[in-house]
Amino acid sequence: MDNVKPSVLRLEDITMQFGGVVAVNNLCLEVRKGEIIGLIGPNGAGKTTAFNVVTGVYAPTNGALYLNDNLIIANYPRGKMKEFYQGENKGKYTKSMILSPDRITKMGVARTFQNIRLFKDLTVFENVLIAKHMNIKANIFSATFRLNRKEEQWMREDAMSLLQILGLDKNKDDIASSLPYGKQRRLEIARALATKPSLLLLDEPAAGMNPQESDELMHFIGRIRDDFDLSILMIEHHMQLVMGVCERIYVLDYGIKIAEGNPAEIQNNPRVIEAYLGVDE
Amino acid sequence: MTKKTKTICSIIAGLVIAAFIFYVGEGVSSSSMLRTVLQLGTIYALVAVSMNLLNGFTGQFSLGQAGFMAIGAYTYAVLTIPVDKKANVYYLYGIADSLANVEIPLWLGIIAGGLLAAVLAAIVGAPVLRLKSDYFAIATLGFSEIVRILVGSSPFNRITNGSLGLNSIPGNPSYYTPFIVAGICIAIIVLILTSSYGRAFKAIREDEIAAEAMGIRLSTHKQMAFIISSFFTGISGALLAMYLGAITSTTFPIMLTYNILLIIVIGGMGSVTGSILAAFLVTAAKEWWLRFLDQTMMIGDFQVPLLRTGFRMVVFSIILMLVVLFWRKGIMGQKEFSWDGLLNLFKRVKNRLWGTKKGGTLNG
Repeated sequence: MDNVKPSVLRLEDITMQFGGVVAVNNLCLEVRKGEIIGLIGPNGAGKTTAFNVVTGVYAPTNGALYLNDNLIIANYPRGKMKEFYQGENKGKYTKSMILSPDRITKMGVARTFQNIRLFKDLTVFENVLIAKHMNIKANIFSATFRLNRKEEQWMREDAMSLLQILGLDKNKDDIASSLPYGKQRRLEIARALATKPSLLLLDEPAAGMNPQESDELMHFIGRIRDDFDLSILMIEHHMQLVMGVCERIYVLDYGIKIAEGNPAEIQNNPRVIEAYLGVDE
Repeated sequence: MTKKTKTICSIIAGLVIAAFIFYVGEGVSSSSMLRTVLQLGTIYALVAVSMNLLNGFTGQFSLGQAGFMAIGAYTYAVLTIPVDKKANVYYLYGIADSLANVEIPLWLGIIAGGLLAAVLAAIVGAPVLRLKSDYFAIATLGFSEIVRILVGSSPFNRITNGSLGLNSIPGNPSYYTPFIVAGICIAIIVLILTSSYGRAFKAIREDEIAAEAMGIRLSTHKQMAFIISSFFTGISGALLAMYLGAITSTTFPIMLTYNILLIIVIGGMGSVTGSILAAFLVTAAKEWWLRFLDQTMMIGDFQVPLLRTGFRMVVFSIILMLVVLFWRKGIMGQKEFSWDGLLNLFKRVKNRLWGTKKGGTLNG
């Protein structure tokens, strides 16, 4: 039924193995245009590892990753990993394509981090402005001698309007680390949006927030999806938020996908309940 | 303070500095300590600012400055020593045939020094910049030593004159040369730092992972910072050769790098004005104010203990330790000089001195 919407992100049989530890095993996941997808699971289930594979921080051990139906990342067990590989689908992939995180950001995938990673000693405005640097046309000479005034002007205006939309314009000249926690989270999202993504990855956006703040965040996430024409994939532990905002949810446990479906299905899925609450023996 | 008064203050301050440099140039005898400190301080200010570009702004802790200065200095010297003096300079080993008739204008020599340093930085940078923090520092330190040993070694006798070093290097055409060259270079560095690329450098310093997630390509940007920093370090090396008139490989020991490190730590990692200020302070202290520590002093029949050759450096090291322990941010921290900052400082000092007497409470 969802087949009408084009696919934005597709993970096929992604396996990530560190030494002898399989952090993510054979993960298949799809994000379609305009969707808000949740990725949940107990601590250590491999959610952030999956994010790091999507954003190019790690190269997967096996599997393929498509962005807008174009293959961008692929790998198969090579070298020493050939012997140690414990995942499935060995031999299915024979191609190796690895991209660095900056390339993936340029392709329209932006992210936030679990433990906020702002440019702490720079101002709020500079934080957003830096995200505009990746599309700069001027080389270092013309930028130095200010031959790109128009471009610079455009970058500043763009960054400023983004701050206004997200309600951070009053804090423009504040040092990022001096902002209250909720605003730091919001600034991190603003900074990610400044790269003009088509897919936004949020890693525990509600971590450390009180119920009221996370309620605001829920509306905020829905709003930016509409305003910026985004698809969103988010990791979150806050069940109320996940159930409230996500259209589909994937559940990971020990690196394996144990369930997927809409919030109601997930809530009643016995395997999910088992993973979260444990079982009586 | 309004913007207008700030501009007026800046213009006045600029004129005062220019007038001071002019006064020292015209009115003070050429053997005066003040002249030495101003000229040497300017050269150190340029090295410090370019080292700060890499260490303080991009967060790549390099210790290769002495090596790049040596490259700049030797390039300048080899290319500009007058042809008729070359026979004298290279009396022992002779000169390489291809260099025997080379004598280029001084300004071209300075730029050539910077360019060669930049080219070597590009070659060395590709592998070395993959290393993180401490390992990068060790690798650049090693590079600096390799350069120093190579320029003094026999295979290069006919170019660098081996351990004899080079002399008869054409000096400053005028007393003002170092100020003009260093001034232009520092202005360019400031322009780079305030451009979009400068912001990207700062982002890398703040958080490499986040910078990469913002689409900043780490390898090219680190490489850029390394090359730019080395280019201007090379130029300052050429200026030093110009100032000294004679160089050997021992002119560029590791201690030189540490001296500059001392300047940027005292001035504040990540502050251009701090580096400039500290360059003059440190040079004045080292060459002038603390000289007495190196001489034995007699008061009547009593010889003041500890004062002897080399004690100056001990005091210097203690100052560095104190700065790192109690004043880690240095004079300026990551801030730049601003009139508002100066005004605040005056207010704070005023409160300290007079605030308590009135019985008012004191906040920091």
